[in-house]
Amino acid sequence: MNHDRYDDAYLRSILDQAKTIAMVGASTSWNRPSYFAFKYLKGKGYRMIGVNPGAAGEALLGETVYASLKDIPVPVDMVDIFRKSEAAGAITDEAIAIGATIVWMQIGVRDDDAAARAEAAGLKVVMNRCPKIEYGRLHGELGWGGFNSGIISSRRRRI
Amino acid sequence: MTTDRPTGFGFETRSVHAGASPDPTTGARNTPIFQTTSYVFNDVDHAASLFNLQTFGYIYSRLTNPTTAVLEERLAALEGGRGATCAASGHAAQILAFFPFMEPGDGFLSSRKLYGGSITQFNHTFKKFGWNVTFVDSDDPENFRKAMTPKVKAIFCESLANPGGVITDLEAVAKIAHEHKVPLIVDNTMASPYLCRPFEWGAALIVHSTTKFLSGHGTSMGGAVIDSGAFDWAQSPKFAGLTEPSPAYHGLRFHETFGDMAFTVHGHAIGLRDLGPTMAPMNAFLTLTGIETLALRMERHCANAQVVAEWLEKHPDVSWVSYAGLPSSPYHVLAKKYLPRGKGSVFTFGVKGGYEMGVKVVETVELFSHLANIGDTRSLIIHPASTTHRQLTDEQRTAAGAGPDVVRVSIGIETVDDIIADLDQALRSATRRNA
Repeated sequence: MNHDRYDDAYLRSILDQAKTIAMVGASTSWNRPSYFAFKYLKGKGYRMIGVNPGAAGEALLGETVYASLKDIPVPVDMVDIFRKSEAAGAITDEAIAIGATIVWMQIGVRDDDAAARAEAAGLKVVMNRCPKIEYGRLHGELGWGGFNSGIISSRRRRI
Repeated sequence: MTTDRPTGFGFETRSVHAGASPDPTTGARNTPIFQTTSYVFNDVDHAASLFNLQTFGYIYSRLTNPTTAVLEERLAALEGGRGATCAASGHAAQILAFFPFMEPGDGFLSSRKLYGGSITQFNHTFKKFGWNVTFVDSDDPENFRKAMTPKVKAIFCESLANPGGVITDLEAVAKIAHEHKVPLIVDNTMASPYLCRPFEWGAALIVHSTTKFLSGHGTSMGGAVIDSGAFDWAQSPKFAGLTEPSPAYHGLRFHETFGDMAFTVHGHAIGLRDLGPTMAPMNAFLTLTGIETLALRMERHCANAQVVAEWLEKHPDVSWVSYAGLPSSPYHVLAKKYLPRGKGSVFTFGVKGGYEMGVKVVETVELFSHLANIGDTRSLIIHPASTTHRQLTDEQRTAAGAGPDVVRVSIGIETVDDIIADLDQALRSATRRNA
């Protein structure tokens, strides 16, 4: 798997496949980047669950925040890592342990060894990307802000 | 930061398609003109998400508009950038380019070979904001290094400079900017992205007057600032406006939150919101239509300009021609590197007889239009010393390539023989009256 450049089809399949997303490092403060992504993805229909030891037991947009991935009582499809690269390895191992099928590391977060372990265990991996930005890009919303989506299509998009 | 966005499509394909897809509601193939000021919210929470910049969407057309957004994406795609912010004019775009990081007392370096209007804007109006320009001669890029001070936050130049066929050594200037951790801002109006793509040489930001070749038909005012997404605003405390909590947005840190999209989000959410120089949707539509034929027009503009410049160089009433496509130009070597597909269609020449003859020529043409614009399908002519560069001192005029004998032409896409015939009759009759 080339982690320097992802095909749109690969990212699209991941975003279609995931239903429940656990965001490790989700903040309960409205002006933090993780909160932006959490709220946006929740609005797109994903079940979003926050993981943050500092906010464990609090509610984040209607869902209880857990201290660790292992504490989440429901199956998780995708683990979104909103932490530093140094923390990504241990979180990836935990994601494998709880049976997640996707590990997604945010912009600036990359751990190629962890990615290799996850892929060996059959998980799909995305690194150094934001699922909010990629969702917006693949669904024609990124351009609303004047951004280059790289996508050209003369097909009519479904509303 | 992610700058490896897929750009697999060719330039002409991007010119026609980038940013535009059939309207999802109606199926309209061409981009609709969204002539609306504002957009209905789904509910209060949706409104809150939009105001907090937590979701993509429209609030009010001063900030963003669906027609203008198509143009912004197209410009970003043509320049190979991350995002773009359109503005009411090229001058407004220049303010938006500096606004996110300049504070009163800050400085920037600029080439002195600029469009006269930019020299005036930087020299007088920017100084009212406390933004201090230092002009340097860009022919030797080392002059930028020599003028560098801790207060300098950016370097500005034009890729192909207006009015006179001057080319900046972008790669050399970009290297100096990188060494000093400041962005290089390039005005790419005269070249257009068809001829030159400054991001490929290390520029951080590009500004355009879209009024010129992009719109292409002399119909619509507009400007744009395009962000490469490649400049790391967090590498120096100089760019606090993008990296520190923004008091204009409840303590939001733009760079931390939006990464390589920060500059363009800031451009809309604060630049356009608080300064207000919004491009009209109708102008965005006309500019989009123009861009569809950018490659075709530029090819013809450049081919015609080359023939006219060669003809003028041999004309008995012409003392010199400054066009980078001529082997006599000191910029001919740089032109081969930076403008391999054509050297533009705006250039200057000197008429024997000085100021008076220059005035007579522009008053004697028939096919050429005597006006203050460039990059129209029509051939245009002006005498800069008596018009665009009038506000400058004699010294500044000469330094900017707009001395008393200088005539500037913007060669259109008419039949080249007709363009030549008109210049010939103008030069001949001006000489006769002069005698």
